[in-house]
Formats: sequence, C-alpha cells, structure tokens
Amino acid sequence: MLDGITRSLRAIGHRVIFSIWRMGVATRFFWLTLLQSGIVLRRPMLVIKEIFSAGVLSLIIILVSGLFVGMVLGLQGYDTLQTYGSEEALGILVALSLVRELGPVVAALLFASRAGSAITAEIGLMKATEQIAAMEMMAVDPVARVVAPRFWGAVISMPLLAALFSAMGIFGGYLVGVVLIGVDEGAFWSQMQAAVDFRDDILNGVIKSVVFGVAVTIIALFEGYDAPPTAEGVSRATTRTVVTSSLAILALDFILTAFMFHGV
Amino acid sequence: MKRTTLDLWVGIFVVAGIGALLFLALKVGNMGAFDSGATYAVNAHFDNIGGLKPRAPVKSAGVVVGRVGEILFDTKNYEAQVVLDIDGRYRFPADSSASIMTSGLLGEQYIALEAGGDPKMLQPGDSLKLTQGAVVLENLIGQFLYNKADEAAAGGTQE
Repeated sequence: MLDGITRSLRAIGHRVIFSIWRMGVATRFFWLTLLQSGIVLRRPMLVIKEIFSAGVLSLIIILVSGLFVGMVLGLQGYDTLQTYGSEEALGILVALSLVRELGPVVAALLFASRAGSAITAEIGLMKATEQIAAMEMMAVDPVARVVAPRFWGAVISMPLLAALFSAMGIFGGYLVGVVLIGVDEGAFWSQMQAAVDFRDDILNGVIKSVVFGVAVTIIALFEGYDAPPTAEGVSRATTRTVVTSSLAILALDFILTAFMFHGV
Repeated sequence: MKRTTLDLWVGIFVVAGIGALLFLALKVGNMGAFDSGATYAVNAHFDNIGGLKPRAPVKSAGVVVGRVGEILFDTKNYEAQVVLDIDGRYRFPADSSASIMTSGLLGEQYIALEAGGDPKMLQPGDSLKLTQGAVVLENLIGQFLYNKADEAAAGGTQE
C-alpha cells in the first residue's frame, strides 16, 4: 500500500523533473540554432529549399482553409448582425477577427500539423538512419547544415502564410457577404477600412504570426532532433510536435493578445 | 547560378505573401482607396455630418447612385464639406437636396439625394443648395424633454 503510493509519487516527480530537464535542453538547442544561423547567409539555397517545403507546399491547405473560414464568418456574422439591422458591419467583423486572431492562429495550427510534423519526421528519420551521426563523423555540424536552414525557412514562411490566410478569408467573407447575400459593397469595404488600423491590427497580427512561427518550428526541430532513433520513437515525436506546438500557439496567443489589445 | 523550378515556386510564394500583406494594408486597412467607372463630383455643405464616412453610399429613392468621395471641413463657414462622386449615368436637377440618413437603428449613415424640379441639371463641381445634416440623437432627446417640460408648465398655468 505505502509502497504503491511512494512509487506513484516518484513517477510524478520523475515526469516533472524530466520535462523541466527537456525544457532546458530545448532552450540550449534554440540558442545553438541561432548561433549557427550564419550558414543562412553563406548558403541561401539551403533556406530557399526549406521555404519551398515548409511554405510553398503548405499553400494549398492555407488558401483553401482561409477561404472557407472567411465564408463561414460571412454567413455566421450576417446571421447575427442582421438581427440588429447592421449587416454593413460584416466587413469589420470578418476583417478584424481574421487579421487579429484567426489568421495567425489557424494558419499556425495548420502550419504545425502540415509543416511541423514533416520537419520532425524528416529529422527523426535522418537520426534513425544515422545520417546525423554520419555528418558529425565528417565534421559537418548537423545543427548548421540541417537545423538552421529549416528554422529560418519556416520562420520566413509563417507570416507570409498567415497574411495569405487572412487575405483569402476576407475574400471569402466578401464572396458570401457581398456577392451571395448582397450586403452593400461600398459599406462593406469602407466600414472595414475605417475600423482596421494598420499598426494596431495588421502589424500586431504579423508579429503574432512571427512568434508562432518561431515556436512551432523550434518545437518541431527539437522533437525531431531529440527523438529516439526507432520507428516508434519518430512516430511519437511527430505526434508530440503537433500536440505541443498547438498548445504553445494557443497559450502564446493569449499572452500576446493580453499585451497587444489590453486597452480595447 | 543555376535557376531551378524550385526558385520559381519560392519566388511565387514570396510575391503572393507580400501581395497579401499589401492587400491587407491597402484594401483592408485605411491606407488607400480605389474607384471605378466615370463619376462627377458635386459638393454639399452640412452643419453636422454625424458618423458619415468616406465611401458611404449616396442613394436616391433607395438606389445607390454614387459614393461619398471626400469629407472636408470648410473654415469659411465652419461647416462640413462633403464631395459626392455621383455615377455619370445619373443626372439630377440643379435644385436637388441632400440629407444624411441612417439605415436601421445602428446601421451605417448614407446620403439621400432628393431630386428637385429645376429644368437645369447639376454640373460637375456644383454645390447643393438644400441640405440637411445628420440628426444628433442627444439633441433630439433634449428637444423632446424641453417640449414636454413646456407642455407641463403650460398645462399648470391653465388650471
């Protein structure tokens, strides 16, 4: 009885200490990546290749989801706003919710599951097939050669993807609100332009997407680099990447929103 | 340096992303405006424009016939000067009148154009003589209360 309690307490303590220890390693890994980022300037082709695999290959899912999210916002927003006879505010509703929140957050969540998981699986598999070890043997720093280009490629792609998501969503809201339902086009755009501020809304959205991009990418890279070099280890690391980075995005979003819009 | 299709795709992606940012800044944010079609500008002076915004619709008989182009403050008469960009297809008599209305209780404000009977037509750059500004809700309530108080006072002396 007493033995069971001690064992379970010990297990909890072990898990807590293990996660704190991992957190420390991840921070050191992040620092190491930043230190090795010089390769980005020396060999830009490496980064361009990673922008392709992280950004260009995520385009379809980002554009299509953005369009549908905007269309749903248009429908739902119209349904609620027409009760108060202010359908013309639909533009404000669609644009502000996309630019401030949905654009950066949903794009980052999609990015985590589309590009983050791919990064983890790729690096985990490189480790499992001992490619990383081979690089070390040849005196090639794997952090500089493998990790840093992926980091910068993904961090550059993220704000562009978030902006595309928001733009596509606003187009979707326009399609449903103005073309389909028949909200006045001038009021839709003019009220939107009057309400959306460049610095307060658009720039803050871009800052959010950059922060999310850094968080998602470093989690994905670390999980891959730290994965046990087995088939099971890689699969669990990939799952952990998606779960951890999704939680990180939502938690960071709360913190950033509290900082940015506390006066609103 | 060798050019590959990969470069092309990354280029397209970066250009599209920056294009989206520009779209957000210029079209969604308040950093520019565009217009299409032939319009002619007519001036209207109001004592109060309330919450009228640029690009708000100008309606006649409920049909959108133009847009509010520019809103200025006239320091000569201390009035608001509103430039109306009216669709070139529609001509209005020179003595037409403009008033600022609200669609719905919380809705947007627009300018209602009432056609007059003058055989002469409005020319580009003309000013509308008859205008009625926005109704300020506070003034309306104030007036109503004063009227009620007056009525009560008048009723009191009669008795």
